[in-house]
Amino acid sequence: MIDITAAGLDFSLIAPEIALLVAAFIILLTGYVRGLSNLSFTIAFIGLVVGIALSVGQWGQQASGFYGMVTCDNFGVAFKVMFASITLLVLLLGTRYMKSRGILKPEYYALLLISTMGMMVMANTTDLVVMFLGLEIMSIPLYVLAGFARRSLESNESGLKYFIMGSFASAFLLMGIAFIFGASGTTELRRIVADIGFIIDHHRIFLYTGVTLILVGFGFKVAAVPFHSWVPDVYQGAPTPVTAFFSVGPKAAGFAVLLRIFLFGFAGLAFLSSVFWVLAVLTMTIGNVLALRQKNVKRLLAYSSIAHAGYILVALAVGGENAISAAVFYLVAYAVFNLGGFAVVTLLETRSGCKSDFVELPGLSKAHPYLSAVLALFMFALSGFPPTVGFFGKFYLFAAAVKANFIWLTVIGVMNSFLSVYYYLRVIKASYIDPSEKSWAPVTYSPAMLVVLFITVIGTLGLGLFPQQLLQFAREAIFAFL
Amino acid sequence: MADYLYLIPLFPLIGFLINGLLLGKLSRSMVNLVACASVAASFVVSLLLFFDLKSLPPDSRVIEQVLFTWIPSGTLHVNFGFLLDPLSAVMILVVTGVGFLIHVYSTGYMKHDPGFGRYFAYLNLFTFSMLTLVLANNYLLMFVGWEGVGLCSYLLIGFWFEKKSASDAGKKAFIVNRIGDFGFLIGMFLIFWHVGSLDFRVVMEQAPIVFIAGSGLVTAICLLLFVGATGKSAQIPLYVWLPDAMEGPTPVSALIHAATMVTAGVYMIARTNILYMMAPDALMVVAIIGAATALFAATIGLAQNDIKRVLAYSTVSQLGYMFLACGVASFTAGIFHLMTHAFFKALLFLGAGSVIHAMSEQQDMRYMGGLKKYLPITYITFLLATLAISGIPGFSGFFSKDEILWKSFSSANGHPILWAIGFVTAGLTAFYMFRLVYMTFHGKERMDDETRKHIHESPYSMTVPLMVLGVLSVIGGWIGIPHIFGATNYFEHWLEPVMAAGKHFAPVHTAAAESGGASTEWMLMILTVVFVLAAIFIAYLFYNKRTELATAWRQRLTGVHNLLLNKYYVDEIYGAIIVRPVINLSLFLWKVVDVVFIDGFINGFATMYDGSSEFMSKMQTGRVRSYATLFVIGVVILIAYMVME
Repeated sequence: MIDITAAGLDFSLIAPEIALLVAAFIILLTGYVRGLSNLSFTIAFIGLVVGIALSVGQWGQQASGFYGMVTCDNFGVAFKVMFASITLLVLLLGTRYMKSRGILKPEYYALLLISTMGMMVMANTTDLVVMFLGLEIMSIPLYVLAGFARRSLESNESGLKYFIMGSFASAFLLMGIAFIFGASGTTELRRIVADIGFIIDHHRIFLYTGVTLILVGFGFKVAAVPFHSWVPDVYQGAPTPVTAFFSVGPKAAGFAVLLRIFLFGFAGLAFLSSVFWVLAVLTMTIGNVLALRQKNVKRLLAYSSIAHAGYILVALAVGGENAISAAVFYLVAYAVFNLGGFAVVTLLETRSGCKSDFVELPGLSKAHPYLSAVLALFMFALSGFPPTVGFFGKFYLFAAAVKANFIWLTVIGVMNSFLSVYYYLRVIKASYIDPSEKSWAPVTYSPAMLVVLFITVIGTLGLGLFPQQLLQFAREAIFAFL
Repeated sequence: MADYLYLIPLFPLIGFLINGLLLGKLSRSMVNLVACASVAASFVVSLLLFFDLKSLPPDSRVIEQVLFTWIPSGTLHVNFGFLLDPLSAVMILVVTGVGFLIHVYSTGYMKHDPGFGRYFAYLNLFTFSMLTLVLANNYLLMFVGWEGVGLCSYLLIGFWFEKKSASDAGKKAFIVNRIGDFGFLIGMFLIFWHVGSLDFRVVMEQAPIVFIAGSGLVTAICLLLFVGATGKSAQIPLYVWLPDAMEGPTPVSALIHAATMVTAGVYMIARTNILYMMAPDALMVVAIIGAATALFAATIGLAQNDIKRVLAYSTVSQLGYMFLACGVASFTAGIFHLMTHAFFKALLFLGAGSVIHAMSEQQDMRYMGGLKKYLPITYITFLLATLAISGIPGFSGFFSKDEILWKSFSSANGHPILWAIGFVTAGLTAFYMFRLVYMTFHGKERMDDETRKHIHESPYSMTVPLMVLGVLSVIGGWIGIPHIFGATNYFEHWLEPVMAAGKHFAPVHTAAAESGGASTEWMLMILTVVFVLAAIFIAYLFYNKRTELATAWRQRLTGVHNLLLNKYYVDEIYGAIIVRPVINLSLFLWKVVDVVFIDGFINGFATMYDGSSEFMSKMQTGRVRSYATLFVIGVVILIAYMVME
């Protein structure tokens, strides 16, 4: 246990966050100077690299500061590195797309950085109020980013819907924190853990209501059913690189706090396991079932992201060291191949008039054999085939579940993953088997996009063939977490 | 030199890759060169390593080269490694030596076939697999080679796959072999289960400690491995694929279905000799099956008219001899016969190929005759091989067969009845082989004029391998001359270190078998030779001198003749009691179980999911207020549940 009160202002604990914030401010300031606005990309890039480097420097530390508001441990650091890396990849994959749509503004970079910083704040604390703060810092730029294509009706709709539903969820979350405070007199998880027995005895209703509302608030962010309805509309309407960001960044942040709150803070509440059991089953089943009939790849990936959230919720139902490290493993793996999938979609949509509907895919394998092979690889990874990392992600999750005797949950999970093969293979079928009439417009690869595809392909296959390294990382990430 | 062991299988693999990957891009002569050179290179390395091995003292004649760890999985740890000892040395010399000659022969035989590139790619792949099989240092890698040769056999039997009979024969060979492989696999699992390793050296060292001699376990392992051997080496009851395998090109029959692949079972048993020595009951089964197959196949060979089919049944019969040798615990004699048989049977097939080549693809001996004067080289070499297989003294087959017969009589695991069966088979062998020679090369010319016009001796690329093999068929047996001739049996001494460990488990020789050994051996040998000469004389009478006698006897024994001609109706019996029920069962599984139940179940599920997907899509209205409603319903249910806790 870290001594909370002793630690005061220690800015080294929030150095990565500061780096991102500074980079974002520089972008906003220079963005208005003609000639300097072209530097935005470089500044964002440097900011993120510095952020990653500073985060890596915090690895192995075990410190608390700002009077308990900020806690630096491996778990948070792992997520911070993950967030910044995700943003870096999004940056690389999206620039050409945003430019082609005429919406590449300096604010785009600034908003991405600020949102990332919000995620870092979420992961870097054990205080519920700071988590809320981080959540809002993350979310508000996301609302703007969703509606970033100002002239597109769909993008506007996406931004607005996300904003309305997001504020709705935030209200519940804040309410939940208030209940918790009412029940325990603190918002600091470690204090709550220490007093949990007393709180249960005296303020059970308040506590449970608070816990529920917090679950609802973060469940919204990770798109758990029944708080998922916003996902397809928002994902489809937002500019594709932004969607790519939504599908992995905020989701990882949401899970970071869910894991911390529910497997550390309220680990004593045994009945939560059955709640997560139901949520996991509902989320994966409904996500998969809804994905079956989709005719648009982007929307399909939106539903698939719901289903994947369902798989990770299995870890919350199971609990314990194995499950948490499996969840961390899964989040990294999912980020790699899902970003890869979105990279391909982005690349296809860079051609004018393309909306990545299924009907546009036939002929891809003939016109662009490599690209379609890469797309197929990501689809296989999403459906969990070996030798991709998607297989090991599911394998470790379900193995942890079996070890903890969650047999039926595992059976349902495996059945679901089986079901998902159908719609992922439809993408492959469309690009390989379906007959094509029209000729394919050329696809131009930007160097940045090639880098993204290279990293994601290597990651998907390399981590699939040698998962040991990543598993080791995931295990170290939860060191001293419990 | 020992470090270059891996080169032996590597060369044919490279040949396969070149010919396979550049299929259709290389000229005919280039393909021939790559194919032959790769096997020749293997042969040279094999020879060098053989002399290397020979220079070592007998007890340390083992060269093992582990290339890498192949499967490191928990307790299962399998290396990818090669093992050269006297036994595998004999095998690689036979495989690469005879293999090389057959590759050369093929360049002439396949000259007019458009599929030559594919043919040589397969042939090289086969050589690679076969070398992997005999050089493997563990059962699993051996099994890889085992399956590899099976695959190549399938591909080459069905080489002319546009012909239905050829593709059917390929499938038959493959499926029948699967049954054997099943036994082999189970046997292998049992070994791993009890020994904890599949490495030959570990298994051989551990076997006396882990297993109890004569126990049911070791007997079961040996019998299961033997099931594998009966598949690959065409023994009762799984021999049925080999005669059909004659649909492949004739050099393939020579290489795969006579000289090398089909002997894999014998090799495997010799390799596992210590386990078999510990399981006398299993040995007895091997001996009985071997003897029965030898006799059974020889009788079928008496009545066949297709020149290659006679040779095919002869191969089954000779393989039976080899198993008989193994079964009476004389693995050395089995391997010795394996080697001499490789020489003369390859020669017989290649000679038959030369005949078929000359006869415009005619294989029926009833339409041949008098070919002696047209095909002098083929005739003389063929005759040498025939004398060898018949066991005429001085020729290679005499020494190896005589040793088997003597061992089946004198060995503690032997029995006079086993000897008697071998003795009768020797006579039958001489009879059907000389019947073949007389019908093909002597007597009236029975072919039509059109065919007669085209008869020609084969090119040098085909006749030179015949001559080399002819020489080998004569002298190949001189390295294993029995003691009673006052010579040294080099072959037996060579293999001694491999068989040494198993000797501990040999039953103590009974005095009866030892007493008067030499005089009995002389007597039995002379008896056999006289019997064989008599059989040859009868063949001469029936099929050359007075052919009407053959006709008369055929009529007198119509029933027996039909039975033999139709191969005891075994294919029909298998068809009725195994194939048809299996087909009916599969039809039931397909049309009823799969289509109605499984598909119905799956489709029902799919429809259900599709319906629910549609229903849920309708809830996805796009209106924020409906989303918020769903959200709130969720919250209410959750809170209600939690508060009730």
